[in-house]
Amino acid sequence: MADIRYSAPSTIDEAVRLFAASGGAKILAGGTDLLVQMRSGAVSPGHIIDVKRIAEMTSIAEQNGSFRIGAAASAAVIGEHAALRKVWPGVVEAINLIGSKQVQGRASAGGNLCNASPAADSVPAMVAAGATVTLQGPGGRRELPVEQLASGPGRTTLAPGEIAVAITLPARPKGSGDAYLRLIPRTEMDIAVVGCGVSLTIANGACTTARVSLGAVAPTVLLVDGAAKALIGSKLDEAALEAAAAACRAVCKPIDDKRGTIAYRTKIAGVLLKRATAIAAERARSH
Amino acid sequence: MSSQHYKWIGTRPNRPDGADKVTGRARFGADFNMPGQLVGKVLRSPHAHARIKSIDTSKAEALHGVKAVVTAKDFPEQPNQIVPAGEMQANLRDVTRNVMAREKALYDGHAVAAVAATTSEIASEALALIKVDYEVLPHVIDVDDAMKDGAPILHDHLRTDGLTPPSDKPTNIAKRLEFVKGDIAAGLAKADVVIEREYKTAAVHQGYIEPHATLASATEDGQVQVWSTTQGHFQVRGFCSRLLNIETSQIRVTATEIGGGFGGKTVVYLEPVAIRLSQKSGKPVKMVMERSEVFRASGPTSGGTLRVKIGATRDGRIVAADTTIALQSGAFPGSPVGPACMCSFACYDIDNIKVIGFDVVSNRPKVAAYRAPGAPIAAWAVESTIDLVAEALRMDPIDLRLKNAARKGTKTHYGPTFNTIGMVETLEAAKNSPHYKTPVKPGHARGVAAGFWFNVGADSSAAAHVGEDGTVTVISGNPDIGGSRASLALMAAETLGVDYDKVRPVIADTSSIGFNFVTGGSRVTFATGLAVVNAVRDMIENLKGRAAKIWEVEPDAVIWENGYAKPASSNVGKFEPLSLAQLAAQAGKTGGPINGHAQLNAQGAGPGFGVHIVDLSVDRDTGIVTVERYTAAQDVGTAIHPSYVEGQLQGGVAQGVGWALNEEYIYDAKGRLQNAGFLDYRMPVASDLPMIETVLVEVPNPSHPYGVRGVGEVPIVPPMAAIGNAIARATEVRMLDLPMSPPRLSAALDAMAPKRAAE
Repeated sequence: MADIRYSAPSTIDEAVRLFAASGGAKILAGGTDLLVQMRSGAVSPGHIIDVKRIAEMTSIAEQNGSFRIGAAASAAVIGEHAALRKVWPGVVEAINLIGSKQVQGRASAGGNLCNASPAADSVPAMVAAGATVTLQGPGGRRELPVEQLASGPGRTTLAPGEIAVAITLPARPKGSGDAYLRLIPRTEMDIAVVGCGVSLTIANGACTTARVSLGAVAPTVLLVDGAAKALIGSKLDEAALEAAAAACRAVCKPIDDKRGTIAYRTKIAGVLLKRATAIAAERARSH
Repeated sequence: MSSQHYKWIGTRPNRPDGADKVTGRARFGADFNMPGQLVGKVLRSPHAHARIKSIDTSKAEALHGVKAVVTAKDFPEQPNQIVPAGEMQANLRDVTRNVMAREKALYDGHAVAAVAATTSEIASEALALIKVDYEVLPHVIDVDDAMKDGAPILHDHLRTDGLTPPSDKPTNIAKRLEFVKGDIAAGLAKADVVIEREYKTAAVHQGYIEPHATLASATEDGQVQVWSTTQGHFQVRGFCSRLLNIETSQIRVTATEIGGGFGGKTVVYLEPVAIRLSQKSGKPVKMVMERSEVFRASGPTSGGTLRVKIGATRDGRIVAADTTIALQSGAFPGSPVGPACMCSFACYDIDNIKVIGFDVVSNRPKVAAYRAPGAPIAAWAVESTIDLVAEALRMDPIDLRLKNAARKGTKTHYGPTFNTIGMVETLEAAKNSPHYKTPVKPGHARGVAAGFWFNVGADSSAAAHVGEDGTVTVISGNPDIGGSRASLALMAAETLGVDYDKVRPVIADTSSIGFNFVTGGSRVTFATGLAVVNAVRDMIENLKGRAAKIWEVEPDAVIWENGYAKPASSNVGKFEPLSLAQLAAQAGKTGGPINGHAQLNAQGAGPGFGVHIVDLSVDRDTGIVTVERYTAAQDVGTAIHPSYVEGQLQGGVAQGVGWALNEEYIYDAKGRLQNAGFLDYRMPVASDLPMIETVLVEVPNPSHPYGVRGVGEVPIVPPMAAIGNAIARATEVRMLDLPMSPPRLSAALDAMAPKRAAE
């Protein structure tokens, strides 16, 4: 077995330089996916670049109502950030669903995003939130809506040498709320059969903006425009919710596998849309 | 509670192995190491069914660091001969083929070769260099498919045992069993209500957290030492002796602490391979399974197809009970269909019973015992059907069972007549429990089911030694999987009349105590407990003799009371009582060390009965079931250490809830297991379960000095049906197939919805 080189740079520039210089290198943020993949033999990197020691990648900053979360900030740290929790409770709840309590101390939203699993818990919540991801590579920095990062299960649009540096959640008007729900057969220690993120704003009793996202029903996390359209302009009445649920069911392209059937996943997408919308609306009304 | 007044029995002291386990000091299977040891790994078949045309190990053998490679060639052929294996039977011809595939690979994960190398990485690399030329054959997974004409045949030599007239047709049906009592047709003719349904259950794994692990060291003079995580180190010795032609006295097996077994660690997988690798390499060899290997190649218990027909009169008397049970045995014959057939209606006193069983091979891992093997599968079908009878008769489900309960004198359909049993008492305890007396909450529904297990006795040996300070070591030979050390020490302390903390229980290796049958069948506290009590009584006789010598009186003039030798009466003379410590201090002058021994084949294991009550809610949109409240009532004989008895009941329920709601082996079209890990093989986690309440009903077993009955297996028998019965009452949907997982229950609810709307 070949030896593995390990680097722990303290700056992003250094990390990008190392990453671009060695083919077959892997970025280690929390390692909660990478180490499992290495153990199973799915990947065998020649070089591991640990980004947990880069301050910019592990800190959370608030600026004019928007939040910038270091891509390697641990889920536990994110969960303890009171201001973030107040504004984006759905996103924080979703990030806090990644793995067990022990895993939470290591796992990160950036890692969850770059692992590109369609069932990733934090991603639908971030997509619904309209989050962007900052990428830095040999060619410099760029911003990308989070829904554009994954291109298929385990595949991303990251350019060679590019590292996800931070995730930005936008500022939002009063009367906004978000929520994330997932269905798992157990109560914990499980992977989403379907996940649904909803973020919306309510003014004068009517929904003025909405974004809806679904996980685990297609090769990538989906932004469901049809569901958002059904909600916007409505008073979130049963007819609007049913129309949004129908839009969710319509975009599902799931597979039959050990975790659920096509019929079940499709049905649950609609169920979770209604339930997540109710929670997001409740939060919007109390903000 | 028991009418007897005991000083130690029925108390709840800390377990003797507790401190080591909570501090991490206890050594489990993978914690044993020897200098110079090699790492052993197994190459497994990726095919469900394939002829092995050739195996080329030359490249692996040439790899630097590889010290030995073995295939089936390294294991002698075995006779077609059945030997006892834990709670089930094993055929040596099949056992050697399960340990290492010979002519064919019979399931995904079947061992085909193994290597020993200096590092884990080299061992893995060596496995990749072994070239196996397979001819892939059509496979069969499902038991119904395997029974059909034209199904792929696993074993050309197999003929169905138990057919009249005998058949000479190749088949996957290894055995047909039949048990008949009374006249089923006459019984059905008397019935006012007849309910018949067909049920299915999925194969489920025992799910012990600790994977199989062993360390074997074979020396140049032919001796072998093995450390193994097992429920029966004597069984490991026996199997290895036969499979490798080594005399038993040359093999010394030490049972390590065990991280769960539940029946699944009563057979051998790695041990013979590790010994053979050690013999070939001249070095100790350590082997530890990956979790995926545990799922693909060890355990599980059978899934099956069952048909049940029950007839009852309007007043609630069951007059006819008929069932056919076909169980998967895995790749080789030997499912628990026998006990499934016997346990099926054992809770009830029914005049007319007919039970037919089939043992069916298919391309799955060979099943191993799992907690009351077969009984939970039969109970799922029988107890669901009894609930339907109760619904049809509009009777309370406990009252219906009380009306038909087995009692002392009931003759079972499989032969024996019950002695003192506690089925009626357990039903009454369930009926009077706080749970059953509490009205069902809105949105919840309640289910009830009962269960039975024989419990077994069998061979045990024990010894008791007095140290020079008067403290006592109790030596037995059964791995402690459920708190048995505490129970044995309590019984020894009670018998001897000394404090619990003056008795240290020790589990000896196979060379340090006489033979002990496996820890299984809920036998240890009963049978090994009896051996311990007898060993202590033997020691007490010895102690009385020592006191007699000191006092210069006849031995029968001395009695033993509360830890002291005393004169039997004032006629003997006036002597100060002698304590154990005083007698130990003078042992050298009165005849040397003071020990006691016992060996026995324990008869009269008391059967156990359980009645479970569950309240649950169903999320109709998702099909998710939440267990809201659960109570397990059971006849436990005498609860020697009530905490560990309660723990057995709670553990059985937890496993039963998993079996009911989520656990199953999922295969793809090629017969490859899709969920060989705890993420997708969904056992319950702590947050899936409420606090499980227990009601200990103590009906002492007359065949044991302290009334012990086995308690470990009964509690896994009723949960599936109790949950199914509650779901039926919550939703009006009667689930017939396990598991009642969210996608399946959701589909059943959706199929029901138009019908409900139309009504």
